[in-house]
Amino acid sequence: MNEPLVRIRDLTVVYKTRVGLVRAVDRVSLDIYPGEVLGLVGESGCGKSTLGTALLRLVRQPGRIADGEIWFDGRNLLALSEEEMRGLRGARISMIFQDPMTSLNPLQRISDHVVETIRTHKPQISEREARQQAAELIDRLGIMAERLDDYPHQLSGGMRQRVMIGLALALRADLIVADEPTTSLDVIVEAQFLDLLKELQKDFGLTILLITHNIGIVAQLADRVAVMYAAKMVELADVEPLFAGPLHPYTQALLASVPNIRLEGDMLKIMQGSPPDLINPPSGCRFHPRCPHAFDRCAQEEPSLAEVRPGRWVACWLHHT
Amino acid sequence: MSNANLVEVQGLKKWFPVQRSFVERLVTRQRDFVRAVDGVDFEIRRGEVFGLAGESGSGKTTTGRLILRLTDPTEGRILFQGTDLAALGEEEMRQMRRHMQAIFQDPYASLNPRMKIGDAIGHSLEIFGLAKGEEKRGQVLDIMERVGLTPASILYDKYPHQLSGGQRQRAVIARALVLRPDLVVADEPIAMADVSVRALLLDLMLRLKEEFNLTYLFITHDLATAKYICNRIAVMYLGKIVEVGPLRQVYTSPQHPYTQALLAAVPVPDPKARRKPPMPKGEIPSPINPPSGCRFHPRCPAAMGICSQEEPKLAEVEPEHRVACHLVTSSSV
Repeated sequence: MNEPLVRIRDLTVVYKTRVGLVRAVDRVSLDIYPGEVLGLVGESGCGKSTLGTALLRLVRQPGRIADGEIWFDGRNLLALSEEEMRGLRGARISMIFQDPMTSLNPLQRISDHVVETIRTHKPQISEREARQQAAELIDRLGIMAERLDDYPHQLSGGMRQRVMIGLALALRADLIVADEPTTSLDVIVEAQFLDLLKELQKDFGLTILLITHNIGIVAQLADRVAVMYAAKMVELADVEPLFAGPLHPYTQALLASVPNIRLEGDMLKIMQGSPPDLINPPSGCRFHPRCPHAFDRCAQEEPSLAEVRPGRWVACWLHHT
Repeated sequence: MSNANLVEVQGLKKWFPVQRSFVERLVTRQRDFVRAVDGVDFEIRRGEVFGLAGESGSGKTTTGRLILRLTDPTEGRILFQGTDLAALGEEEMRQMRRHMQAIFQDPYASLNPRMKIGDAIGHSLEIFGLAKGEEKRGQVLDIMERVGLTPASILYDKYPHQLSGGQRQRAVIARALVLRPDLVVADEPIAMADVSVRALLLDLMLRLKEEFNLTYLFITHDLATAKYICNRIAVMYLGKIVEVGPLRQVYTSPQHPYTQALLAAVPVPDPKARRKPPMPKGEIPSPINPPSGCRFHPRCPAAMGICSQEEPKLAEVEPEHRVACHLVTSSSV
């Protein structure tokens, strides 16, 4: 495999709360390779979104990156000044959030968003050329030309998400961090958007970190999948082997509880218990109180994420030697 | 009406007038309406889970609210145990509400943040004068045990913010069931929950249905979840039912192009079964001036001449399975 575009090492993000310090992301390491779609999954509160915002150094107070390194294209992002970081955001790392309204200027027409973005990226280009390129891009996104002069609020949620992808494309961003990009969309619009994303990803060789709770979308789109539980990375693998045979008992339970419209049989597996309180996480493996296979060691020692087979990483004592 | 039907909905319509500006009111007398529900017929049978599926704007939530008579219909009838709800006076309707309860999507929004969980669950017992004091507490503790809100005596005195999301949703379920209703209208009851909690809540709802002899109207946008709970399902598009039937038939041989697209769009959690494009183009049009003929025709990959002119009626394609599509009706001729 080629060199990773992003190397995250032992990243820890903490939030200060009235009742104590919460480690929302706890010593997580992860590589993202150029041209791949890496799916990051887990349930609410597992730290997946915090990891995404940390990657852009956008963790807000009372949270902060407490420890670790984030290498992007040879530079440690945590060592950059705020100004250097601002230069990277948008230009080289683009973000797509659940609600695109928060990222679009409500007073600016769609065309102006795109034109401005193109001209930021290529200052030498003329206004007319930029307009021309914007029109082509918008067409590529499946947005009708007559919508170019609309304001963001006049577009549907699906259209707005298309615009967000368009802005990332206009900048030729190296990395797109997409956090629940389709969660607010209806299922057909979501499918249309995912088709577009897939097509553009292939054509432009986009690198995407796809953060979602929707296991189905990850199965449909991702090349590799990382699974988080209680601020820890518990499993990482190529998408097919992961779904064919998850190694971590949490991943197993998670996949078994996902409704599958295609499968025969009408019972879902139920995962007992609930995710732990991160102020006082369980000792050892954080999943051990809910794990059907737990043994003594699981409560005492924390398993590290280890490569148990080529390309298959898991943090579980069942698989460690 | 047959006793097997708990609810019968006939020709139900709900049109909301569109707000007009002062100037518009001066210039034109024409009023526009959002046709949220535009002529819907179906029945909910005693003891079944009847699903109402569709995307936002399909009218599924309004239909649920009409059945609970939280809003009055523009036209049509709703028979509940044979009684026409629209004909009931306020007090009679209030008594009727005991038999029909609702569970909504957002448990935060449906629980009073200043009311203890136990009091919130028991509130309706007091309102209907069914129990108070120790007796009320006993009934509330009992229902809390049954929905798995345990230890009940401790959680009774907690406030909503002190509970987990799953516990809050259980509290909402408990509050709906404490009156021992016949019908529960569940509108996206688990949409906010995490995957693992969803499975738990679905299982709970099914168990309670048996225990309390309930009938559910299950309103959802999530066809994958509906598969695990519904016996029959109706698919709505722009205020109309386009297909209705036993879940198995609708899922294995969907006849309406919209149902087909909706089912195909659900992301399957299996990387070996990746969906191939295309999806129907465009999005649901405005319900203010819905397309003529079949409302799906502008997006339909199989639309014919007749589709834009004539509105297709629901027609039976196999026992119990009805579809409103000219393709189906014309091919069977």
